[in-house]
Amino acid sequence: MELIKTAFFGSTKSKVQLIGVIAALVILFLSPQFLNTYMPNFLAKLIAYVVLSLSWTIFSGKTGYISLASAAFYGLGMYIEALFGMNIPLPVVMVFAAAVAFAVAFGVGVVTLRLRGVYFTIFTFGLALFLQKSILWIEVKFFHTKGRMVLAYSNEAVFYCVLVVFAILIFVVILMNKSRFGLALDCIGQNEDSAQHIGVNTTMTKVLAFAISAAPAGAVGAAIGTSIGYVDPDIAFNMLLSFLPVLMAIFGGMRSMYGPIVGAVIFFVLQDYLMREYANLYMIIFGAVMVVVILFMPKGIFGLVDKAIAKRQRNFDGEVIGDVK
Amino acid sequence: MTLFLTVLINGCILGSVYALVALGLNTQYGVAHILNIAHGEFIILSAFITMTLYAGAGLHPLVALAVAGPIVFAISFVLHRTLYKRVKDMSANIGEFEGNAILVAFGIYFIVQNLMRDKWGSATSGYQFMAFPVRIGPADIAANNLFVLLWAVVICVVYYLFLMRTRTGKAIRAAAQDAGAAALLGVKINTIMALCFAIGGLLAAFAGVLISMKEPFTTVSGMNYTTIAFIVVVLGGLGNVKGAILGGFILGIVGYAVSTYDTGMMFAVFYLIVLVLLIVRPKGLLGR
Amino acid sequence: MSNNVLIQGIGLTKRFGGMTAVNCVDFELRDGEILGLIGPNGAGKSTLFNLISGFIPTDSGETAFLGKKITGLTPNKVCHLGLGRTFQAAKNFPDMSLRENVRMGALFGVPDQTYAKAETETDEIIAYIGLGKYAGTAVPDIPLAGQKQIEVARALATKPKVLLLDELMAGLNPAEVDEAMALVKKIRGTGVTVLLIEHVMKAIMNICDRIIVLHHGALIAEGTPEQIGSNKEVIEIYLGEV
Repeated sequence: MELIKTAFFGSTKSKVQLIGVIAALVILFLSPQFLNTYMPNFLAKLIAYVVLSLSWTIFSGKTGYISLASAAFYGLGMYIEALFGMNIPLPVVMVFAAAVAFAVAFGVGVVTLRLRGVYFTIFTFGLALFLQKSILWIEVKFFHTKGRMVLAYSNEAVFYCVLVVFAILIFVVILMNKSRFGLALDCIGQNEDSAQHIGVNTTMTKVLAFAISAAPAGAVGAAIGTSIGYVDPDIAFNMLLSFLPVLMAIFGGMRSMYGPIVGAVIFFVLQDYLMREYANLYMIIFGAVMVVVILFMPKGIFGLVDKAIAKRQRNFDGEVIGDVK
Repeated sequence: MTLFLTVLINGCILGSVYALVALGLNTQYGVAHILNIAHGEFIILSAFITMTLYAGAGLHPLVALAVAGPIVFAISFVLHRTLYKRVKDMSANIGEFEGNAILVAFGIYFIVQNLMRDKWGSATSGYQFMAFPVRIGPADIAANNLFVLLWAVVICVVYYLFLMRTRTGKAIRAAAQDAGAAALLGVKINTIMALCFAIGGLLAAFAGVLISMKEPFTTVSGMNYTTIAFIVVVLGGLGNVKGAILGGFILGIVGYAVSTYDTGMMFAVFYLIVLVLLIVRPKGLLGR
Repeated sequence: MSNNVLIQGIGLTKRFGGMTAVNCVDFELRDGEILGLIGPNGAGKSTLFNLISGFIPTDSGETAFLGKKITGLTPNKVCHLGLGRTFQAAKNFPDMSLRENVRMGALFGVPDQTYAKAETETDEIIAYIGLGKYAGTAVPDIPLAGQKQIEVARALATKPKVLLLDELMAGLNPAEVDEAMALVKKIRGTGVTVLLIEHVMKAIMNICDRIIVLHHGALIAEGTPEQIGSNKEVIEIYLGEV
């Protein structure tokens, strides 16, 4: 309770943020009224990207352990919808998908996050491929099929489902940033040895954060799955979706929660445009952008903005006021 | 008995290629700290170069070793000198560098894969080479496979001797153990890192040439080899040369044994091996 | 009260590959004392600290803290039992201010700590160490002596009964060494027992009640500063070193 109070009403800044977030959600909520029927579909996919990038940041952005498992959790959600969607309503399946993603991530975390270093990245990288091949094997062996039809929902229904996930996620992120848990993650990211020696249960904190970050990916995977019509393991587990969230988050900048959101929006719009206009070049451009972003703007767009502001202040006053970091 | 022998020989054939693939990745990670996700793409690139030379100009596939090898070596060297060097300079510590390097490697993966797709399409490619069986005891083994085994072993042995016997090899081993100390002793660490990244590329190219002789490939199958390399490297111990070779052969034999039962299960079994290993012995089989 | 044993190490051993970094070390840390741990570079001092705090696993032997076995516990649990430590190279949270660094100690170091209490304790400790002028400063902008003091402050914020200090004075100028010595005495004055690794001989001889000496991983001498100062073996090792 105390946490909710400080997180949302603690300072003028947090109050403004709360009003802004609620206003944005309300506008999004009402938007289908004013848009053509294609737009909710576009927006649903865009928000799904935002959810992937923001939820990735919860764990990897804070701790510096790069997870390449987004595609695994997203695909898991998609496949779960394909399995159960015919009989169970989408929102229920989404909750279930989130729970499964949480559980899988928890298990993976327990095994790999005891270890420092690159093992976690390697293992999460293989996870999507492992699930893809294993599910394919099960399907072919026991069900004599490669994929499954998915019950379609209206564009609006999918949009609202994804929007709810986004709304929950954003409040969770705001709460986490102010909570003991979020601070513990900050400590781990900045110096894990020290964090452990001042009493942070680092392994448990990491595992839990990783599991929490997996759940939204599972939920939106289930929702977006319904708009595809047919899902097979190759479609569900697309490695690109493991790297996109990383890129979008870095592209936006990870110092605030708005970075990954802005990064995802810009990327999605760019991707949509490139795929339509330059289908052949799209992936090559994507790769080049990735390299350029890492090399030239490691702090993301928000980092560039910070830099620009600092420079302006220097120009006006002759010395640096802003924090250039 | 026949089955056992077949599995053993074919497993070793598969394993020799895995070892070669992993050896390249291991050299890149062990010294330059780059977990090269684009590794498999250079394997496939070399496979296509080999096919083009063989089908187009009628050259023996082994000639491709002398063509694809230097090409990938040069590309890798330049990539390290330009991109990775810059990433290294701007990263605060080794952990941050490893993270950024993975992402840059992924960008390169996308560029290379899609350039190849533009050039060669996405259909399965391959060519016929030494397609006749050889009888070993009671087992029939494909001649091209034995040829691949022979050359993979030769390359592994030559590389091992290079590391152990030559001056450069010793510098590489020193850098792998402690880059800072090696630098103090006069090893040009940036050159060694670029060189190791390039040697990793060279080994990938050799692996690609050999792979093209024995099995079909597509422009998108590179990731499979990269993943295998990751698994072998974890199995043998990160940065451990002997471990990569041993791990490659073990995985090859296990993989072939599983695939005689059901090919679809192969990757799942590999992944479970890694899972168990990380729980029981995270340093890898030969890790210190 | 003063002779109660707080930490007892029995046969502590750690091997790295073929090298034995800490070899069957027995020692005890008594309530209220300042115990110095000295020895040449590579003698295994920091490794011994790492074994005590649970940072690396012990190969054989065990450490007891207040009569309770702590070998095998993770550092966070050892911290909650009342053992704080610093590192040879300061390990701070670089993106936080000094005050935030200390607050993290107060918040996580004490089980079931409330936010309000963590805040007041943070301010108390910063004032106590005398770091008030840097409270809002980002860590990278604080000079070396200050960086080491942040670690001490953060460790103290976890309310330890025992504080392990790893080369608090390395790299400091003589004036700063004097300040650091005063700080260690002040900390002991509040009832915190101190075990410290140090190379600055003047400080060791001045502030320690007892000294133990490690060489090649083994404990070779133990005694008061006077006894250690006149111990032939110790002098030889140090002269041989120089």
